[in-house]
Amino acid sequence: MSVRRLAPDEVQPASFAFTPENLAWAQKTIGQYPSERKASAVIPLLWRAQEQHAYWLPKAAIEYIADMLDMPYIRVFEVATFYTMFQLQPVGKKAHIQVCGTTPCMLRGAEALIKICKSRIHHEPFHLSDDGDFSWEEVECAGACVNAPMIQVFSDTYEDLTPESFETVLDAFARGETPMPGPQNGRRGAEPEGGALTLRDLSYDAPGGTALAEKPRAVPAAQSAPVETGPSAAALALAAQEEAAIKAKLAMLAADASPEQKADAVGTRPQGLPAARDAKSDKLQRIKGIGPVNEGKLQALGIFHFDQIAAWTREEIRWVGTYLSFPGRIDREEWTVQAKALAAGTPSVKE
Amino acid sequence: MLADNDRIFTNIYGFQDKSLKGAMARGHWDGTKGFIAQGRDWIIQQIKDSGLRGRGGAGFPTGLKWSFMPKQSDGRPHYLVVNADESEPGTCKDREILRNDPHTLIEGCLIAACAMGAHVGYIYVRGEFIREREALQRAIDECYDAGLLGKGNTNGWDFDLYVHHGAGAYICGEETALLESLEGKKGQPRLKPPFPANMGLYGCPTTVNNVESIAVTPTILRRGASWFSSFGAPNNLGTKLFCVSGHVNKPATFEEAMSIPFSELVEKHCGGIRGGKDNLLAVIPGGSSVPLVPAEQIWDAAMDFDSLRALKSGLGTAAVIVLDKSTDVVRAITRISYFYKHESCGQCTPCREGTGWMWRVLTRMSEGRAQKKEIDMLLEVAGQVEGHTICALGDAAAWPVQGLIRHFRHEIEKKIDAYSANPHGEPVRIAAE
Repeated sequence: MSVRRLAPDEVQPASFAFTPENLAWAQKTIGQYPSERKASAVIPLLWRAQEQHAYWLPKAAIEYIADMLDMPYIRVFEVATFYTMFQLQPVGKKAHIQVCGTTPCMLRGAEALIKICKSRIHHEPFHLSDDGDFSWEEVECAGACVNAPMIQVFSDTYEDLTPESFETVLDAFARGETPMPGPQNGRRGAEPEGGALTLRDLSYDAPGGTALAEKPRAVPAAQSAPVETGPSAAALALAAQEEAAIKAKLAMLAADASPEQKADAVGTRPQGLPAARDAKSDKLQRIKGIGPVNEGKLQALGIFHFDQIAAWTREEIRWVGTYLSFPGRIDREEWTVQAKALAAGTPSVKE
Repeated sequence: MLADNDRIFTNIYGFQDKSLKGAMARGHWDGTKGFIAQGRDWIIQQIKDSGLRGRGGAGFPTGLKWSFMPKQSDGRPHYLVVNADESEPGTCKDREILRNDPHTLIEGCLIAACAMGAHVGYIYVRGEFIREREALQRAIDECYDAGLLGKGNTNGWDFDLYVHHGAGAYICGEETALLESLEGKKGQPRLKPPFPANMGLYGCPTTVNNVESIAVTPTILRRGASWFSSFGAPNNLGTKLFCVSGHVNKPATFEEAMSIPFSELVEKHCGGIRGGKDNLLAVIPGGSSVPLVPAEQIWDAAMDFDSLRALKSGLGTAAVIVLDKSTDVVRAITRISYFYKHESCGQCTPCREGTGWMWRVLTRMSEGRAQKKEIDMLLEVAGQVEGHTICALGDAAAWPVQGLIRHFRHEIEKKIDAYSANPHGEPVRIAAE
């Protein structure tokens, strides 16, 4: 918990409104959430307001956004004070330096960076430097731990810093420039210093990284080889062919055709029993691919026993597959083979 | 070392083409439609068979989590929410996925959404990751343009995916706090039950998954559950992104097989411990919230959920923080304690008051300005915070302190002795009980 208050009245602007571009963006963002849940957009909108208003959030902006989202002011004040990225008072015009001080950065020298902030900017965080160009704060882990120590300035991060390179970055900001973000010691990202030790047989040195797009590498990842012993390739090919034929036939039916009508168009309805033999149904869910819903549907068709499924013809498989609205799956999961085994008393693949 | 062609994240450093075209050339978005056509039960079974455990820290089996979603909608929409609020100190793996390999995540979202009957997904990216969420949004826009996402997309499962972001609150990484935040409120965790699978976002069935858990699923389906489960020790299967920070010669993020020994992790990938193996003091193996493990115990340990639990620590997010012998370990843990004090949401008294109390006492101890009997008092208070809060932040604040006292009590005592050996103006007071 940290206590955070709004800036004093004398620095608060009288009013706030989004620029036309930001207003259009805000409307689009609100549209990402269900219409009665506009409040969901509060954090993105507050953030955009902060970006528009020299990276700090005035009271007027908080109220403006509350009105826009039909939220009580107190709810938006709560959000603005709870989330620590909302700066509630003015920050440095050229840079607000956020130094990560959490243990991984501390182990690699973040304390030296904080010392520099204290001597160069202000001895206290959240205070403007004399010229108003800089301010600083110590933030909690900013998520670039393998590139520690690091700072964040507005949208960009500067990583792998030393006291010297940090001073260089500060000098650049002081001149009104935006230094090149990212690691400051020659690394490109999160790879080990001196070059990646993995992923080396990829042509990783191509700047902009377009080389690979032209010559795709034959990675096994690109092949969807089934690993489990399943239906044979020929059976699958047959099923795929049938699937296409079924789809073509179904496309000719009316859009509101019932499952029965669709199924009748492509196959034959299997003969059902009026009731389970000896009033005792087999547990069809033991077949891999049949869950409680499909078991219910099959029973409604008068299918209660494994031997009934085992005896389905191709016509009947097509009918049931279409009726249950997953054509092809009965073949892929080999229901008939499973049912045959279960009828003979062998344990299910599920078990 | 894991072979390069067994890596799921083939562009983790961003050296390759990050666009959709580049991702497709590396094998992503291949056969997605076929997986969706096989239906939710098949997808969930594959993920269960692969042995994938959640990559966000708790290690809950992902397939099982998906199966908790209602099979049939009762009229309420289902939501997929991806937790990209990566803020556990030491952890920076999801950042690389978001900015360099976003298509693994987007394809995974579509498949996961199909498996849980969701037609809308939100990716909640932590506020600080501004460039990362811009990169992710670009990748999503590409997918919309290519007809891979949206209503009537070519993959056969209507799905809209949105990027949402936070604004700097660690607690929003807790799944129910994340949902509160996504609803536009303060990120304060909810009491469970009801669990999000029944009452999540907007009171609708919701599943919250870590970025890495979702991003690995398409490759698991493509290469088969048995490929994924061929890595790692039983119950700790698959490949995993590790991020090693602190006192190694070359800190880095990389993908490795689970259960790799710690020694191999640092020597093969990170250029070894700074100052050599003998200079290792301790390791925090899974992000700041897990207790540290001293050098002699960690060196040969397998980096996985079960082995590290046996060492009274945990794999967490596989964010390995290495401390060498130059470290003032009491100060290092005090800084972690400050982190939890700063990030406590203030909802539960044991955490709100306890985290600050522990930090203040540790601060005095790191200067030696304490009494030895306070060490046991600190341990007792840590025990009273642990397990007495709505969410796990209380536990996360207590564990590092407990780990410190378990293994480095002598360091605290040494500081107290050194302080009391010298004359000081003010008497050392004891903390209020």
